[in-house]
Amino acid sequence: MNHSISLTVNGARRDFVLDDPRVTLLDLLRERLHLTGTKKGCDRGQCGACTILVDGKRINSCLALAISHDGADILTIEGVARGDQLHPVQAAFIAHDGFQCGFCTPGQIMSAIGMMREGQAGNDPERVRECMSGNLCRCGAYAGIVDAVLEAQAGMDETNQRRSA
Amino acid sequence: MKQFDYVRPGTIAEAVAAAARPGAVYLAAGTNLLDLMKGGVSRPDRLVDVTHLDGLDGIETLADGSLRIGALVGNADLAHDAEFARSYPAVTEALLSGASAQLRNAATVGGNLLQRTRCAYFYDTASRCNKREAGSGCDARDGENRSHAVLGWSESCIATHPSDFCVPLVALDAVVEIEGRSGRREIALDELHRLPGDAPERESALEPGDLIVAVRLPPAARGFAAHARYLKVRERTSYAFAVVSAAAALRIENGRIAEARLALGGVAAKPWRARAAEDVLRNVVPTADAFQEAAWRALEGAKPSGDNAFKIELARRIVVRALLLAAAGTPARMPALPASPFASTSGAIHA
Repeated sequence: MNHSISLTVNGARRDFVLDDPRVTLLDLLRERLHLTGTKKGCDRGQCGACTILVDGKRINSCLALAISHDGADILTIEGVARGDQLHPVQAAFIAHDGFQCGFCTPGQIMSAIGMMREGQAGNDPERVRECMSGNLCRCGAYAGIVDAVLEAQAGMDETNQRRSA
Repeated sequence: MKQFDYVRPGTIAEAVAAAARPGAVYLAAGTNLLDLMKGGVSRPDRLVDVTHLDGLDGIETLADGSLRIGALVGNADLAHDAEFARSYPAVTEALLSGASAQLRNAATVGGNLLQRTRCAYFYDTASRCNKREAGSGCDARDGENRSHAVLGWSESCIATHPSDFCVPLVALDAVVEIEGRSGRREIALDELHRLPGDAPERESALEPGDLIVAVRLPPAARGFAAHARYLKVRERTSYAFAVVSAAAALRIENGRIAEARLALGGVAAKPWRARAAEDVLRNVVPTADAFQEAAWRALEGAKPSGDNAFKIELARRIVVRALLLAAAGTPARMPALPASPFASTSGAIHA
């Protein structure tokens, strides 16, 4: 039986007919929309490489059935920059060498963006490490990742202060 | 993954009817179920998706002071609810010590209660497992079993229940509201999970079609807010299941313990309420000696199911430490590493 769903992906509405309910959000993004920035690492919810934002919250897209997320608003790594202007978290990852091979990076960045929205970690490195523990980096670029997230967080705090001033 | 039919019911009654059929299971976030289906461990014929049902995602205080948490409330949403954290801090600490931020964002309260064991032999379809396939045997019994149960296990099954959330909930007398084929009923969370006995494939008191719709904390559960902690020993600091954990909650009046609550995680097929330990703490001054006595009571009857005798002594020490931390007082702010014995801001007191 076919199932019709619609999603908003990076701001654009997309309609799909699913001929199989087993399709995950991860596979839908990669295979149907060719948005291959979202990576398939473990495919079992352990590595975080597939992290995306669904309705503003970071989740593992490998453990989410597309059919169950009918109507959801999805943000992937392809949707975070504004044209050529990188998202502050992307820029901070480059500035701090927050990667080596780069495979986990889209998931790390999406997770960091989600974490900053959650507002639980602030500028505390220990809290950042704890809040980012769902993203593994086999190259071990963690020190750079934490520095990048802290810098992006500080930039966001500054922007917010300017806005409220 | 095996092919399945997908059903999205419009009402709870439709959901119950659809899920009562053989081979049907409920789908909430699917963070555990999809993983099991990908591995061929769970092979349902039909998924009944309850995530679009109305009225299951609210947190409300009832007239009698109880708190009612809808089954579809997200684990992270509950943990980040400031009022909830003030009233039930050990529950918040347990929630934040579980899984990763991504999984907590997706996972639901009801799903957490019904998550399956993390026993590697349950997950490995090439191994014998009485829980996965009744009567097939248990390869964990003579296998790699240092993380397995030390309380309430049987020769048929030595698996543990992996939930952190359930541990303080069971200590606080949480009640589970269930919608089933014969209407609404409720049971104590302590009665939801079954010990394995000779039928480890039957993990809960739920009947076919039964849907958990809410978890309720009784009014008395708020009385422990000033002295409540969850402490969890893991193989790594974050994003790992408990080797052993404990939820400790005290009501202290005039320097004495008026009432104590204690439950352990990672030690049995269910969250393990330690009532005998609670009894010896009634009306005593909160001292390390009293907590040692409670710890001995809590682990009475414990026995290794394999290479895990260490867990019994570890559990005693975790109980003492959790009680000492609870007696010292709930921290004003959640520690950076929730429930960790290594948390720099936990105010750890060495037993």
